[in-house]
Amino acid sequence: MKKLLLSSVIVLIGFTFIGRLSYLQLFRFSPDQILDDPAIKKIYDYPERGYIYDRNGELMVGNQPAYDVMVIPREVKPLDTLEFCGLLGIEKTVFTDRMQKARTYSPRLPSVLVPQLSKEDYAKLQEKMRHYAGFYIQKRSLRYYATNSAANVLGYISEVNEWELKNNPNYVAGELKGHTGIEKQYEEVLRGRKGVKHIQKDRFNRDIGPYKSGKLDTLPEQGKEIHITLDKKLQEYGERLMHGKHGGIVAIEPKSGEILAMISGPTYNPALLVGRQRSKNYSKLHYDTISKPTWDRSILAQPSPGSPFKTLNALVGLQEGVIDEDTKVRCYHGFYVGNTLRGCHCGGGVRNMNSGIQQSCNAYFAGVFRKIYDKYRTTDEAMDAWEKHMKSFGLGNFLGTDLPTGAPGRIPDKSYYDKWYGDGRWAASTIISNSIGQGEIAATPLQLANMTAAIANRGYFYTPHVIKSIGNSGSIDPKFTEPHYTTIERKHFEPVIKGMANVYKYGTARWIQIPGVEIAGKTGTVENFIRVDGQRMQLTDHSVFVAFAPVENPQIAIAVYIENGYYGARYAGHIASLLIEKYIKGEITRKDLEKRMLEKTLEHEYAKPYSGEPFKINEYVW
Amino acid sequence: MSGRGLFGRIDWITIILYALLVFIGWINIYSTSLADQSTSVFDFTTLYGKQLYFIGLSLLGIILVLFVESNFFERFASIFYVVSLVLLLGLFVFGKTIAGATSWYNLGFFNLQPSELAKVATALALAKFLSDIQTDIRTRKHQMYALVIILLPAFLILPQPDPGSALIYFSFFFVLFREGFPLYYLGILLFIVALFVTTLMFGTVWVTIGMVVLTLLVYTFKKASVKIPLLPVLGVIVVSTLFSLSVNFVYENVFEQRHRDRFALWLGLEKDEDKLEEIRKTIGYNTYQSEKAIESGGFFGKGFLEGTRTKGDFVPEQHTDYIFSSVGEEWGFLGTATVVLLFSVFFLRLIYIAERQKSDFSRMYGYGVISILVFHYFINIGMVIGLLPTIGVPLPFFSYGGSGLIFFTMLLFIFLKLDSNRLKDGI
Repeated sequence: MKKLLLSSVIVLIGFTFIGRLSYLQLFRFSPDQILDDPAIKKIYDYPERGYIYDRNGELMVGNQPAYDVMVIPREVKPLDTLEFCGLLGIEKTVFTDRMQKARTYSPRLPSVLVPQLSKEDYAKLQEKMRHYAGFYIQKRSLRYYATNSAANVLGYISEVNEWELKNNPNYVAGELKGHTGIEKQYEEVLRGRKGVKHIQKDRFNRDIGPYKSGKLDTLPEQGKEIHITLDKKLQEYGERLMHGKHGGIVAIEPKSGEILAMISGPTYNPALLVGRQRSKNYSKLHYDTISKPTWDRSILAQPSPGSPFKTLNALVGLQEGVIDEDTKVRCYHGFYVGNTLRGCHCGGGVRNMNSGIQQSCNAYFAGVFRKIYDKYRTTDEAMDAWEKHMKSFGLGNFLGTDLPTGAPGRIPDKSYYDKWYGDGRWAASTIISNSIGQGEIAATPLQLANMTAAIANRGYFYTPHVIKSIGNSGSIDPKFTEPHYTTIERKHFEPVIKGMANVYKYGTARWIQIPGVEIAGKTGTVENFIRVDGQRMQLTDHSVFVAFAPVENPQIAIAVYIENGYYGARYAGHIASLLIEKYIKGEITRKDLEKRMLEKTLEHEYAKPYSGEPFKINEYVW
Repeated sequence: MSGRGLFGRIDWITIILYALLVFIGWINIYSTSLADQSTSVFDFTTLYGKQLYFIGLSLLGIILVLFVESNFFERFASIFYVVSLVLLLGLFVFGKTIAGATSWYNLGFFNLQPSELAKVATALALAKFLSDIQTDIRTRKHQMYALVIILLPAFLILPQPDPGSALIYFSFFFVLFREGFPLYYLGILLFIVALFVTTLMFGTVWVTIGMVVLTLLVYTFKKASVKIPLLPVLGVIVVSTLFSLSVNFVYENVFEQRHRDRFALWLGLEKDEDKLEEIRKTIGYNTYQSEKAIESGGFFGKGFLEGTRTKGDFVPEQHTDYIFSSVGEEWGFLGTATVVLLFSVFFLRLIYIAERQKSDFSRMYGYGVISILVFHYFINIGMVIGLLPTIGVPLPFFSYGGSGLIFFTMLLFIFLKLDSNRLKDGI
């Protein structure tokens, strides 16, 4: 026993140690400890963010240098605070506050004292900086906008938030990241890859040289430039036309699905969200709940499409074989649903497809709609067939564009009405408003433009997109180069397009003619109601117009939606015609019309429901 | 047999193990103290250069020891002991203070730490006393003498202050136990330590309840034939309870806050996260950093000279008391386990050698040597890996430091010299 005592103690100690060491080095060890190793500091080298060009190679977004005044509190020597504050353009109390904050953060590490100086302030300060120990100027890169348009499409970059930091190890606090629009969608491409240097630190947090002689360090990789499908000139022109008007415009090149312009009114200058005034400006835009400039109406607003939707009902009628071009319907200045007369402004008389579209006859399309339903034994079957046709035009669901936001619109299906009215308690006459694009149908301007592009192509469309090419390779997502065919045969399009061409030549849009350009279009006047303080009230109709041009070999399909613009041709039609002229001819010949559209605003309409006074709607005031 | 020379008779296995430990130790000192713009390993302005110089001095010491007559050590043991006591006393007058402890003589080329010398002397003196033909360790009187020999230097070292070194002298109890000192003393000691620790962790009430429950269990499950008188057992429980109560009193009133903090950290007594964080930053900083460094090594370690925490100097005193954390970070579990294994084999080899001695003096001295080394090893690594509270003792052969290395070496080689003579007649 006494001989073995010490040996047993030694063995016991050995096992205890090995046990504890296993716990520490095998159980508690985790291989990614390098991430929070206090001995290794990572210094990032940020690449320049990729430039964004328009479809013609014109710069839309670039970069500009910005200058942050940094401070390392421990190295600051006594200074003339007043003079220094004067140079920086800040109050002395602000200076004291920020210095205190910096010191609390770390006396040894740099903090931002004044962010994002202007070039002028920088020039002034640069000379004198060396007199102030502990302060220095750090260059950063900010976005520079070569256009004052397309704010919502381009999107903005801002600091990563905590949630993103936690979920994406690619970001470090304080980094900038695209949060909306193209900046968000193509973040990965535009961002490039930051370089990283690992610096070995001692326990006082002082650098003592590169870690592993820089073996793990990487160089920054430049962000790629991208070309987008927008036409900068068209976009800018559209935004000027939208001055003082609320609404959305989308123009698409039918043969490619490329979005030529995407305009939301009111909008803002994208440069507002860069630099020192960013947060002030952001709050101002974000809290403007009446005109909602950051809410992109071109892809988020979902009004009823109104009369342009009639063209689809005509196509469905033809495809289903329940009508042909010459099928006639009589208009009694309206049509009867049971014993109730629903009005029509077309002037009455016998209508066929051509005159029905041309004069936008409600009675004709109610008739067509009934015929579609009469073909089927039950309304359910009819509804399914109708829904399938409509959805094949990209309506009623997200289109799958390369924009990070969007809205599905609505094509009601049978379950929708079953829920609303009860199973078997509705019929074609109940939902007859769908025949004229009112009722439960909703579509974004983007969907309307896409639908128009599908008609222009005589039966197919490409998913609308804003990316044209990425970097030098040029390749984009193949889903954007794949045609989507509608359920309507090609041959049925010609009569409808003929009707649309006549709309422009002789019909509801004959006021907007462009010399020398053939357009196929359709006007829409959409009744609308809102609730203010719990009271339902009707406001001036929305003005809608869809068109493509030229009729043969179309280059542009466009949808214009102007809130409270009254009848279709009045605002939407005129604006669409100007944009088409601009795009196809490159210049405007109808200067007086242009002047009128640029100057007229609808602010008086938007003020009506908030004025608290009784008001009239649909006034004809020029 | 007697025809073989010294080099044939000396135990080469031990020497190889010794050399390995010194080498591995130096490698790690090199890593902890390597500056970026280093010149050569013989640069004496660096710690690793100095350690090389100390290794050289140790070699001189080895040669000195090996060429001295074996019986010289036994004969002059008492004188060594007295001289070392005088040197320890002399510190109160001539001592040099380093890091708050007056433990050194400044010899110009070398700072001598007499408490290291005293360990050798005490080991010799204790062996000499116990091996004396007239000494009978079973008598109370001789037990007292032995205790005085052991504790006298400890009492002189304690006020330097150097409680770590003083504590080491308790390792000589292993020599006593080997030589017939009643083992139940050890039992009582362990029982007291266990009472102390459990009282701090669970409180007097639970300790008493635990003892009562344990007693009841023993009485319930023991064989009927085994008789245990009840009265003494009850007495032990009562006395233990009183002791337990006194522990609380001593802990709260005699201990200082820094001691309490160490216990709080070690036993996990502090439940308040904020306070725990505070302790970690102050008194527990070293242990926390060394544990983290070891942990970050993982199984394979970060590689020689690649330890980020070692390079960043995050573990204070890493080249001396915390040298093992460098092994942990750079060589990983493979390294630490190897070192623990090396030490264990080394100690077991020494025990084997001690047990084969014919001379009582040699065996007892051998046990003294082993006990001292084991104690250092246990306290040091135990502290570095966070099993024991912070007590500053070096890791033998590993830690940076001249006195330590040289006297550990002499301690060991005196024993090897004695061993090499075990087969010679007339000793």
